[in-house]
Amino acid sequence: MVEAPLISIRKLIKVYRFGEVEVPALQGVDLDIYRGEFVAIMGPSGSGKSTLMNLIGCMDVPTSGEYELDGINVRRLSKNELARIRNKKIGFVFQAFNLLARATVLENVELPLIYADGISGRERRARALRALELVGLADRVHFYPTQLSGGQQQRVAIARAIVNDPVLILADEPTGNLDTRTSAEIMGVFQQLNERGITIVLVTHEPDIAQFAMRIVEMRDGQIHRIRPVENRRRAEVGSWNGVPGTRSRIPAEGPPDRLRTVGPALP
Amino acid sequence: MRYVSILWVAYRALGQNKLRSFLTVLGIIIGVAAVIAMLAVGQGARDAVQAQIASLGTNVLIIFPGAANQGGVRMEAGTAQRLTEDDARAIRRYCPAVQYVTPVVRTGAQVVAGTQNWRTVVYGAYPEYFIIRDWSLERGRLFTETDLRGATKVCLIGRTIATQLFGDADPVGQTIRIRNIPFKVLGVLAPKGQNAFGQDQDDIIVAPFSTVQKRLMGVTHANTILVSARSVSEIREAEAQITQLLRDRHRLMPNEENDFTIRTQVDIARAADATSRTMAMLLASIAGISLLVGGIGVMNIMLVSVTERTREIGIRMAVGAREVDIMAQFLIEAVVLSVSGGLIGIVLGIFASRTLTRLQGWPVSLPPEAIALAFLFAVAVGVFFGWYPARKAARLNPIEALRYE
Ligand SMILES: Nc1ncnc2c1ncn2[C@@H]1O[C@H](COP(=O)(O)OP(=O)(O)OP(=O)(O)O)[C@@H](O)[C@H]1O
Ligand SMILES: [Mg+2]
Repeated sequence: MVEAPLISIRKLIKVYRFGEVEVPALQGVDLDIYRGEFVAIMGPSGSGKSTLMNLIGCMDVPTSGEYELDGINVRRLSKNELARIRNKKIGFVFQAFNLLARATVLENVELPLIYADGISGRERRARALRALELVGLADRVHFYPTQLSGGQQQRVAIARAIVNDPVLILADEPTGNLDTRTSAEIMGVFQQLNERGITIVLVTHEPDIAQFAMRIVEMRDGQIHRIRPVENRRRAEVGSWNGVPGTRSRIPAEGPPDRLRTVGPALP
Repeated sequence: MRYVSILWVAYRALGQNKLRSFLTVLGIIIGVAAVIAMLAVGQGARDAVQAQIASLGTNVLIIFPGAANQGGVRMEAGTAQRLTEDDARAIRRYCPAVQYVTPVVRTGAQVVAGTQNWRTVVYGAYPEYFIIRDWSLERGRLFTETDLRGATKVCLIGRTIATQLFGDADPVGQTIRIRNIPFKVLGVLAPKGQNAFGQDQDDIIVAPFSTVQKRLMGVTHANTILVSARSVSEIREAEAQITQLLRDRHRLMPNEENDFTIRTQVDIARAADATSRTMAMLLASIAGISLLVGGIGVMNIMLVSVTERTREIGIRMAVGAREVDIMAQFLIEAVVLSVSGGLIGIVLGIFASRTLTRLQGWPVSLPPEAIALAFLFAVAVGVFFGWYPARKAARLNPIEALRYE
């Protein structure tokens, strides 16, 4: 039996319109991503990477095509239902961190839980603290974002992304504003989360960073140019950050090898 | 649950911009305080008028010369029939529903006593005047029928005149000069205070009708005739009898209008009440406008706030805030602003109305409904003027909001 993909995209088209001008950002994308995968999306600027991420993240709706997330056909959902999916299933990490400057680290991490129903203040706090522990920032909970380094801010953003137990983390150039060493640390955090069973899709321009993933999706002109598995996958040195090792057991047993099977245009 | 959090978010947002929040709220504070104070003053004036009606005695009728005009009394035209003392006598004689009658003449005059000088109004009337107006003496005695027949130069003075001309000294038996004619002061009238229109009722001199009519004014008519009915229930009867009598006496044809007007005290009080009501409405609506301006201030700041926090809104949407959540956040913020403004405004308004009473002597009364009304109005202003900015925030596109610099 073949496992159903977590993300299943078929003939996805996105055209931006402003007035008379039409910008075709995505021109027919087919892509399957499975549970537990770690996928890096690469490609030149303007090739549609962020557009694809926004569609996968339910921040936007496609012009046409099909997109199923975790068995749910996203095309048919209302704005409210999309918000609910963003809240429950997806965690975002941005290049610009996007933390609330006037809220503390803890409040930032609690934010998604405010918009989830039926979570008490106490539970919210407990879960935010656990997420912060996981990214190694338990000692900074009452700091404000501006009092943290870029790498620490990105960890807060990651803690916020995982606090509501998402199945999927979407990271659009998360290391774009960080130096090489800090980038490697952040990638280490992603790898740890991935080992805990969270599917990760990440956009990057740097081949070094993409080496942390299992697969690389290369985009060009709004289409998938090719998909290749990563050989000699990079592993972050454990111990460069004080994350608490595996306490959660969301990780399934090692999936079948064919779950890394790719869909998309054949190699040229 | 989540709305408690959202309330907290709104509270935090306002706290982070204290000065701006305060300045915004100031508009609401002033608006609500003004509404409260103006309602209090308006209600106070109406209460005073009501009290006046009660104290006037409701069985008094006043007869003016001239036909009734809409809302008022037409001034005597040159040819119009004037009222005379004989009219008054005839009323006393032929109208059974009438108990007391006095003709009244009235003239402004300069009054001098020693070195003191005062401008006032001198009334000429029968002694019955004091019975009809239910006016007693503080000291001294009234003038009599004899004084009336002899047109003697005697008078009664109001409390204000006594104080102005004689200070603490006893005016009874003293002589004052009215238009340079010496008058002997027989007594001082008990103080009546201000009337509903704020006029000092004690700034008055009353002398025998004949004295004022002939010696001071040199006329043959009366300005008005003051009448009291035997009882309140006979007031309409008295009115009818007087009307019939005066029409006969003035030889009016059936198709002719009355050349006089009869007003009961109740009519006058009603007119005063209507006036004070209009006044109260005017005050309240001016205050309401200032509350409206305060509301526009709230809207302005909320719009600025939405623009400033576009990125924040994008972040919230990315982590799962629905449109209603964003809407609620900004709406609650606007309502928190206007409600806190409302509460402070109420306290300030109550304080202001108290101060008005103390400093200006204005009658003030503050019904609890007025407070509730002002508060509800403030909340409504918050919701009304917060709605558009909140909706604007909720309708933002999350991707564009996140990209906003
Ligand atoms: N909101 C928008 N309105 C109009 N055009 C847009 C919008 N967003 C993206 N585009 C266009 O769509 C195309 C793809 O943009 P996208 O942001 O997905 O590229 P990208 O691969 O993420 O590039 P980069 O590496 O520079 O981030 C570009 O031509 C861009 O100009
Ligand atoms: Mg991009």
